[in-house]
Amino acid sequence: MPAAITVKNLFKTYGEVTALDGVSFTVAEGEVLALLGPNGAGKTTAVETLEGYRRADEGYIDVLGFHPATGGRAFRDRIGIVLQETGVEEVLTVREAVELYGMAYSRQRPVDELVSLVGLEEKADSRIKTLSGGQRRRLDLALGLVGDPDLVFLDEPTTGFDPAARRKSWELVEGLTALGKTILLTTHYLDEAQHLADRIIVLAEGRIVAEGTPESLGSAQVVTTVRFSVSDTTNLPAIGDGPEISDGKVTYRSTDPTTDLYTLTRWATERGVELAGLEVSLPTLEDIYLDIMDEADTTGGQE
Amino acid sequence: MTASRADLSLLWRQIRSQNRTFWRTPVAAFFTLALPVFFLALFSVLFGGSEVADGYRFAQFFAPAMAVFAACSATFSNLSIGTAFARDQGILKRVRGTPLTPWIYMAGRIGSGVWIAVVSVVAMFVVGWSLFGFVMLWDNIGVALSVFVLGMSTFSALGLSVCAIVRTADTVPAVTNAMFLPMAFISGIFIPLEDAPGWLVILGDIFPLKHFAEPFGASFDPFHTGPVLGWENLATMGAWLGLGLVITTRFFSWDPRGSR
Repeated sequence: MPAAITVKNLFKTYGEVTALDGVSFTVAEGEVLALLGPNGAGKTTAVETLEGYRRADEGYIDVLGFHPATGGRAFRDRIGIVLQETGVEEVLTVREAVELYGMAYSRQRPVDELVSLVGLEEKADSRIKTLSGGQRRRLDLALGLVGDPDLVFLDEPTTGFDPAARRKSWELVEGLTALGKTILLTTHYLDEAQHLADRIIVLAEGRIVAEGTPESLGSAQVVTTVRFSVSDTTNLPAIGDGPEISDGKVTYRSTDPTTDLYTLTRWATERGVELAGLEVSLPTLEDIYLDIMDEADTTGGQE
Repeated sequence: MTASRADLSLLWRQIRSQNRTFWRTPVAAFFTLALPVFFLALFSVLFGGSEVADGYRFAQFFAPAMAVFAACSATFSNLSIGTAFARDQGILKRVRGTPLTPWIYMAGRIGSGVWIAVVSVVAMFVVGWSLFGFVMLWDNIGVALSVFVLGMSTFSALGLSVCAIVRTADTVPAVTNAMFLPMAFISGIFIPLEDAPGWLVILGDIFPLKHFAEPFGASFDPFHTGPVLGWENLATMGAWLGLGLVITTRFFSWDPRGSR
């Protein structure tokens, strides 16, 4: 598939602070890419550079065949930007705002269709200042989609949402992918990235520290965790770098669970020891993410 | 920057939307329109009960002054304060993310300001005529219109240049009013400068408002002798227009301050 976005070796500094330190990636047409990372990781700088709001100091950028900073009207006609917490004329109605922000696109979507797509039919003729927080975010989404864009930038689309509203928004985004739109999503929520994205890029201190599908990131360095309780914690077998003992709870981390579990259960049956509440778990994306961040910190500290 | 038919249609729709926003913002509408009407009524009642001279009443001189005051408020104050707040809220950033050409958006804001200025001028004249004895004189209407066009351009450019220099939206209203109100007093908008000390007159001469208000007022003054419009009026307004354009084009930013 052709690439919707190609960036190579992007660098950007603000005074002393390095926001982007040699970032390269591509996003294929129709792909959903999540940029994940803590605040200050360079997510916003990366996305705003791709949107054309900022210019990188160095590097190659191609978005839908344009350089975003110089692509002008033709470029903006094909992208949709869903900004986080960005103002809109609050005295206008939902319908008026959609008409206002849609007027310059060559492929403007019908207002009523769009308003019902984001579930704001009831509010179409209400002033924006009367909308709830969740309704406002749905209006933001409508304003980002009004030009029927090929590429959609979603900046933290569900920050501050309650779980039900998040689910709804996820369904909306899934609807977009079904239409073949390319989506670049930023988020701090791992479950959101896992749920929506085809591929995840983890940024830390302006660099890509991990990249892959949600599954491949999950299996990159599989450390299976084994937990149980025993009354007598002396003479436990040594497996991996374990055991770790606290409050009668025993934890092992294993990279070879098949062998290690056999060792453990044979040890227990031979002695007639009950492994109470035995639990074998794979790492969550969150664990992996925290590991990645720890590693990024350590390497950062050695410089 | 050639404007196509489609661009003009976009501009028209932008002006209409800006107008809609303006009239739904009571504070802006009050300061721009209601306040000058109130001044006109108050001063006319205080000073204009009887004839000032030869069949003309106080409003003959004061209605054009209030028309200029309202017109400048509609352009200078509204463009600086309105644009600064729109920028602060990220509205300008949102606009920048759409294919709407930046100049069309700005022209929409200016066009809306000028339209509100026209409405204000008409309102001053109508209120002055119907209630306070203002008589419309048509002899110098061409000059009045030309002065109005130049004045509107100058004060629009200056309004945007305040927004270009002052980056925090909270400060803009204070800066704008601190410039506009004293300028109105030293330009003879409220009180004639006949008895003012020389230095104050010179100070007033430096700023563009006097050069807008004097020829505009003289156009409706039945006792005015000599030319209505002087070259110094054109030169001073032109110089401020140039300055406003330079500052706006060089320093104007679409980004909210301290954006992430």
